[in-house]
Amino acid sequence: MKNDLILRVIAKLLIPFIVMFAVYVQFHGDFGPGGGFQAGVILAAAVIFYALIYGLADARKVVPESVVESMMALGVLLYVGVGIAGLLLGGNFLDYFVLDPDPVHGQHRGIFWVEAGVAITVSGVMLKIFYMFADRGKADE
Amino acid sequence: MAVTVWVIIQSRNLFSVIVLGGIYSFLMATVMVAMDAVDVAMTEASVGAGISTVLLLGALYLCRSEEAQPMRKPWLPLAVSVAVAGLLVYGTLGLPEFSDPQAPIHVHVAPRYLNEVKQEVDVPNAVTAVLASYRGFDTLGETTVVFTAGAGVIALLRRRRRDRQS
Amino acid sequence: MTIGGHFTYFITIFLMIAGLFIVIARGNLIKKLVGLGIFQTSVYLLYLAPAKLVGGTAPILSPAFTIYSNPLPHVLILTAIVVGVATLALGLALVVRIREGYDTIEEDEILALDAARDREAQAS
Repeated sequence: MKNDLILRVIAKLLIPFIVMFAVYVQFHGDFGPGGGFQAGVILAAAVIFYALIYGLADARKVVPESVVESMMALGVLLYVGVGIAGLLLGGNFLDYFVLDPDPVHGQHRGIFWVEAGVAITVSGVMLKIFYMFADRGKADE
Repeated sequence: MAVTVWVIIQSRNLFSVIVLGGIYSFLMATVMVAMDAVDVAMTEASVGAGISTVLLLGALYLCRSEEAQPMRKPWLPLAVSVAVAGLLVYGTLGLPEFSDPQAPIHVHVAPRYLNEVKQEVDVPNAVTAVLASYRGFDTLGETTVVFTAGAGVIALLRRRRRDRQS
Repeated sequence: MTIGGHFTYFITIFLMIAGLFIVIARGNLIKKLVGLGIFQTSVYLLYLAPAKLVGGTAPILSPAFTIYSNPLPHVLILTAIVVGVATLALGLALVVRIREGYDTIEEDEILALDAARDREAQAS
């Protein structure tokens, strides 16, 4: 599909907007529908779109396997890290109101980092599963 | 949606089954918006119609087959399905009506969440507030499940460099 | 207790039975997974329908509205959708491995091949 001009142009036009939409959904999860899961899936969909049009090798150069694998684990670690930060600062596990002198602002911080962790893990896992499925077919030839 | 499901049952071409599954997910997302569940609709549309369809098509490409003709008429599964349907209809007759404000689901915990979100968390999206703050532990479990699924797929589909014929 | 009041339950039951029928009556493994997905979405509808209040709005707080639909089932179903896709991915990985091991994904043929292998292993 790399040689088809229309698909290449449309992909180059659309992919930045898809990535921006994913970031918008992530950060506006507090004010409208959205949040970590949706943003992670949309981000993975953007990279899958790139891989479909330009081929798996090019997608691997843009987002290498090691980055994807570490993203999978980093998100869960970030989530648990927020929980342990609550423990260290005096509250229970996953207490947010101790993260800041103003308890409501502490909630904001906690929710922000937790949603970021969720988005990182979800996008990493979806992308890694796609890479594994696509790679399996290639090696059969 | 009923028509889509009926054609999925009858069709033998797997590619059309998968595409119809994607259409069914989109229709379900629309129904969810009608039920005022906008977060859930966005997730169902992106996950169900997007990622699920991509993964199913990937697996179909790797498996490369059509569905074979069923050997015998499915009378027993049909009877079992109808019996289960009868039991479920009998069970749901006792459930509260659609949009009943006095139903138990609306009376105990939900008003407390909806009223306290403003002063405790100050995040307008009540679903995100409940998901990330009030029920944050469940979300930790869910993230772990997603990670475990990724690890499981890696374990199942990884290729070793030396022996290629396994 | 009217029929109109319970209409959403009937739709949910129809979808649930359709998904169940596909899982138990069709032999192709990928079609079974699609049927399982249909079953899962019917369960989402089972939880979301009672949460809606006619005249209410989506549970995003704003000064313009007073009645909101219940946010608790939305949270549960959000988790359920993501867990559903995780299990679908694992199921598909298993189907791919089965295909490479047995060279078919029809349930009847797989069972027959297994029985044949068992007979050979007992005879040797």
